[in-house]
Amino acid sequence: MTTPGVEDGAPDVPDAPDAPDAPDAPAPVDTAEPTDTADTPETAETAETAETAGTPDPPGTHPERPVTERRLHPVTPFRRAWAPIAVLVGWAVHDPNQAQEQLTRLTTTTLLIALAVLVPAASLYGFLTWWFTHFSVTDSELRIRTGLLFRRAAHIRLERVQAIDVSQPLLARIAGVAKLRLDVVGAEKKDELAFLGEEEARVLRAELLARAAGFAPETAHEVGEAPARELLRVPPRELAIALVLTGATWGALVAALVVPPVLWLATHSVWTVLATGVPLLGAAGASSVGRFVGEYDWTVGESPDGLRIDHGLLDRTHETVPPGRVQTVRIVQPLLWRRRGWVRVELDVAGSANSVLVPVAPREAAEAVVARVLPGVSVPAGTSLSRPPRRAGRCVPLWWRGYGIAVTDTVFATRHGLLRRSLALVPHAKVQSVRLTQGPWQRLWRLADVHVDTGADKTVTARLRDVQEAAELLRGQAERSRTGRLDARSDRWMA
Amino acid sequence: MGTTAAGPEWLGLPPGLLRMRRLLLVVWLGLVAVGAGLLLGLLVGPAWAAFALLPLAGIGWGWVLLGRNWHSWRYAERADDLLISRGVLWREETVVPYGRMQLVEVTSGPVERHFGLASVQLHTAAAATDATIPGLDPAEAERLRDRLTQLGEARSAGL
Repeated sequence: MTTPGVEDGAPDVPDAPDAPDAPDAPAPVDTAEPTDTADTPETAETAETAETAGTPDPPGTHPERPVTERRLHPVTPFRRAWAPIAVLVGWAVHDPNQAQEQLTRLTTTTLLIALAVLVPAASLYGFLTWWFTHFSVTDSELRIRTGLLFRRAAHIRLERVQAIDVSQPLLARIAGVAKLRLDVVGAEKKDELAFLGEEEARVLRAELLARAAGFAPETAHEVGEAPARELLRVPPRELAIALVLTGATWGALVAALVVPPVLWLATHSVWTVLATGVPLLGAAGASSVGRFVGEYDWTVGESPDGLRIDHGLLDRTHETVPPGRVQTVRIVQPLLWRRRGWVRVELDVAGSANSVLVPVAPREAAEAVVARVLPGVSVPAGTSLSRPPRRAGRCVPLWWRGYGIAVTDTVFATRHGLLRRSLALVPHAKVQSVRLTQGPWQRLWRLADVHVDTGADKTVTARLRDVQEAAELLRGQAERSRTGRLDARSDRWMA
Repeated sequence: MGTTAAGPEWLGLPPGLLRMRRLLLVVWLGLVAVGAGLLLGLLVGPAWAAFALLPLAGIGWGWVLLGRNWHSWRYAERADDLLISRGVLWREETVVPYGRMQLVEVTSGPVERHFGLASVQLHTAAAATDATIPGLDPAEAERLRDRLTQLGEARSAGL
């Protein structure tokens, strides 16, 4: 698979690996900014070596196992081929009158010639970007080398990987390919390998996880996919009922049905109605049907690699969160779910945008899953939470009743919300800093807030505690997070 | 928050910061006062020049505010974490465990440098952690940085 001669044909441009100032660099791999600043010198060096000497074995890797560079799936160029058509359609939508005028002037021949030029050009672009994109897996890194004019080499350290997703949009499912996406701390965008063969993506994910887990390099690619044990599966009926019982679904639907007629009565302008009605309908669809399709057949599994989350009706997504990456867990209960005892569980992982762990489940089942995600943690019962003192009502009338905190020997838990209750859990080992704040009005009532910051850029706040209690909480939490870290698991969980 | 004052040994900020801030306040608001007084007095009428008293009052008020704010800043290095306490009306107290520090930064702008001051900023993996100690003596800032990085290495933990 290695093609050392390829680089000779590359356009002779200044070698700019990791060039972040190349906004329109043709990057078929939607890669992020330089992932690890510490890597930059090495990156430049290896990229240069690989290019000038054309050797497939950059220095610093295992001498016995040469690093094989691979290309993405050959289907990839086709995802770019439709780009000019999309541009034309976009222009037509943007300015329909002129588009029609231009269309009538065009004869069939000019149209055919234009297509004959545009489509091959786009295909060529797609092909070239595919041709110049390589990736390879070394003992400790995933390397992606890409770029036609502006070359870019991303080296992703595997022990920094927070989660790996394999997703298959509908068309990719038909073509039998999949997208592999990595969440890395500190990267703005996700690093993505699109597309790989379905089987290849699965094997690569298993290999990356095995290496991140610290398996010996010789055996890592033979470990294969770790067996998964199903923890929870959401039945479609339950999901549908849960969505019906969600306020946001109804809010979006009512807005979509009420606002356009009102606008029509007020303005009598078709364009205004369309301009507001279409996005509103879209939002309503996304919050009801879209969520159902996306969260269909939601399965949470457990494997030595970490947590497996598989979901989707049309687009299938398989997410893997390695153990010990979860920073906070939130258990949310909308008002209408309370009678049925259902909850939604959300989690925060550093560098990851995905947040839902369980879209809907009975409380006991959800708590069992949480206990697997945060080992040794039991969710504090609603009654064990301590409320703020009564005078907190002077600062936040009525809603103060929703506030509550509980500190166990493993987690710091706070609850807020009166109608839609939300309980946030932070393991002591994940606390980055603790802050106490107090405004003038709060000082009058001898109250203070305690904030606990976690690595996923989330802050969990215990609001309106008694000053004395808050000060003790601040000192105690600092101490607990220090001791909690001592017995936290290491990043390489299999080593 | 000095209720448990027995524990940590608090350090305040050097007076250089207060001097710098007060000087900047007087210079800027003084310019505004002179400008407003001259413009209004010449263009509208001498009585309107009294509006120049507003920035002057601002100087007096700001003088007191800056002093109180400067007094409220203090920090303490404990065995395992750094404490920073600040604010008069809106109080904030931050605890950052040494093991959580990703990066310690010493910065000094042109004005700060002129007054011989430097700020130490701590970064953890959480962006909400706003742990900055402004207006330190450069030698103290560097001592703090070296000590913090040293302690951070010794107690380092992952995310």
